[in-house]
Order: sequence, then structure tokens, then C-alpha cells
Amino acid sequence: MLSRQLGAGALRNAVSAPSFRLKNPLAAPRAFAQVRNASSASSSSPLESFLNSRITLVSVSLFTAGSVAWYTHLYGSLPFISQVHASHASDEGLHPPAYPWSHGGPLDTFDHASIRRGYQVYREVCAACHSLDRIAWRNLVGVSHTTDEVKAMAEEIEYQDGPNDQGEMFMRPGKLADYMPPPYANEEAARAGNAGALPPDLSLIVKARHGGPDYIFALLTGYVDAPAGVEVREGMNYNPFFPGGAIGMARVLFDGLVEFEDGTPATTSQMAKDVVTFLHWSAEPELDERKKNGIKAVILFSALTLISLYVKRFKWTPLKNRKILYDPPVDKTH
Amino acid sequence: MAISTTIYNTFFRRNSVFVATIFTGAFAFGIGFDTAVTTFYDRWNKGKQWKDIRDKYVQPADE
Repeated sequence: MLSRQLGAGALRNAVSAPSFRLKNPLAAPRAFAQVRNASSASSSSPLESFLNSRITLVSVSLFTAGSVAWYTHLYGSLPFISQVHASHASDEGLHPPAYPWSHGGPLDTFDHASIRRGYQVYREVCAACHSLDRIAWRNLVGVSHTTDEVKAMAEEIEYQDGPNDQGEMFMRPGKLADYMPPPYANEEAARAGNAGALPPDLSLIVKARHGGPDYIFALLTGYVDAPAGVEVREGMNYNPFFPGGAIGMARVLFDGLVEFEDGTPATTSQMAKDVVTFLHWSAEPELDERKKNGIKAVILFSALTLISLYVKRFKWTPLKNRKILYDPPVDKTH
Repeated sequence: MAISTTIYNTFFRRNSVFVATIFTGAFAFGIGFDTAVTTFYDRWNKGKQWKDIRDKYVQPADE
């Protein structure tokens, strides 16, 4: 009985109304058969012309291309299509694990005893090759050393100063205002002394490397023998955390290399942790103060947000709760 | 009612008193808030900051 009512005009309703429902499910095949007959009978059916139109073809093609492009942009590659890479994932370097740093939490300061030990490690080990350009002696005062200690350390280094009355440069012992002495006079000397590899300046190295302190700790403690099949060239060392795997710096931290004055056992991981803490401080000396200001800012802005929310509700209460009545005009003609 | 009247008469009646109250209150709150946060911060980071370990390294001579 339903199919009998379906004419050519009923098809338009079916296309334009997606919520069109058949009352009797069993009658559905017959109904659609009737529809197909009706549409093929009249060649200018709306569905036919819609399916065969160029606009439909173009828009479907654009939609498909857009979906593929969007997916590729989002996920990098298409599913079920295998890819061949010239590089291996290990060439990107291993992701370092997340270590529980003593200054890791949002409220935690640096462990300044660790900074002091880390400076000792830097001075006795790293400073042979790595400069620390942006740290002056005075920066250590009140952070890891007392003024007298830093003055004594600075005076051990000779700095060039001048010119004097005769117009000549002269050497003098270091002052608090002097910056950390570089191990090499210039970049070329540094490269020449390290088989062409430039030891980077360590002042901002924690900020400058992806992974930050975790990466540097993992790098310092991550030296292993190269796995089978990996060829490491002469003068290079294998480290899975270094992008590419081959690093110019050899493993430098070994158990008992330095002797800490506070009696901390100088294991490899202890020295690496301390020196990374020191380097993190040199990259972010403002961290302690910044976190304290952060506490204040969060408290104050939370309070102000709550107050503003309350004031908004308070002021809007009459507007939200009022009731608008329509008083129709009285027809005065009658 | 009596309290609000007292408060009104004390702080809000004269603009000079009102402004002075705001300035003094802001100053006092600034100091108090800073002290409170610093106290909490030092307790949270007990033993880690320089002022906690300073005594180990200062020579008695320069005190």
C-alpha cells in the first residue's frame, strides 16, 4: 500500500527528507524497487542529475583530497601504506627517562648543596673542554659559595686587563666581576683540540637541549658499547641518547673521579646529577625566585577570579531572575 | 547593624580616611602576604637553600 502511493514526486521527498521512515519494514524492498523504476523511467530525476553532475564529482574529489591531506597533516602518514625510511629511529637519539630532580616540582628550589658539588665537578672535569661564558664569579656568591671562597677561587686565575699607562695589556688576578675563564682562546682552538668537534658552551645548555636536564644526565651516564652492526668512526664514541649515536665527547665521569668536601660518595650518577643541577642553575638562575613569585601569582589570581565570579553573579541576579510579561495593547476601537 | 554603622563611620565617611585605609591596607597586606609565602616556601624547601647550608662554609673570622 505504501509502494502504490510512491510516484516520481515521492522520490524528491525521500531525498530531501532524511528522516523519512517506512512504516512497514517488510515493504521496504518493494518500495525501493518501485522507486528505482520510477527514477529510471524519467531521465530528468533530481537524484540522477545530482549524481551525474560535475559539481558533485568535483566536490567529492575535493572532500577526499582534503581528508587525505588533513589526516596526513595530523598523523604524518597514511594507514595501511608501508613506508621506507633512509634513517632509523635510533638516529634521533633515545628519549631520556624523566628523573626525579630535587628542583623538579612546582614549589621546589634548587638543592644548593648539590649546586656546590656540581660546580666542583664542572671545575675539575668539564672545564677542561667546556666554557661557561655567561657565569661570572660573583654569580656563585650566595648561591653555592661564600664571598671569601669565590674571591680566593677567582684570584687563582690570571686575567688580561689594560691598557696601562704605557698602553700595554697586563695580567692581573681575577676579581668577582670576571667571567669564568674559557678553556680555549677561540672556537678554532677548541675544534683543533677536540678532533674537529666543538665542545658547546654550557651556560645555557640545559635550556638549549631537547629534554633539558633529563637529557644531559642520560647522556653523561648513558655511554655503552656500540651494539652489533653499528659502526663508530675513529675518535667517536657511542651514546644512544645522542642524536646520531656517535658523539665526540668520550665518557668522562667515572666512580671516584672527584672527592666531594661534604663526604658525598662520588659515584658516576651522583656526579652527573650534581653537575646537571649546577648547569640547570646556570641556565635558570632565577628559578627559585620565579617559583616563589609563581606561588604568589596563583594565590592572588585565584582569589581575584573567585571574587569576580561572585560579583558577576551578584550583579546579574536581578537580570537573570526578572520575569518579562507581555501586556497586549487593548483595542480601543470597539 | 551597629557594626556596619561603626565601620561606615570609621572608614567610609571621610574620603581621606577611606583612601588612607586602602593604602595602609595594601601595604600591610603586601608585607604579610610576602612573609606568609616566604615562610611556607622556606619550610617546604627546608635544608635545600643557601641560607640553610651557609653555616657550614662561613669562616668564623669574617663574622
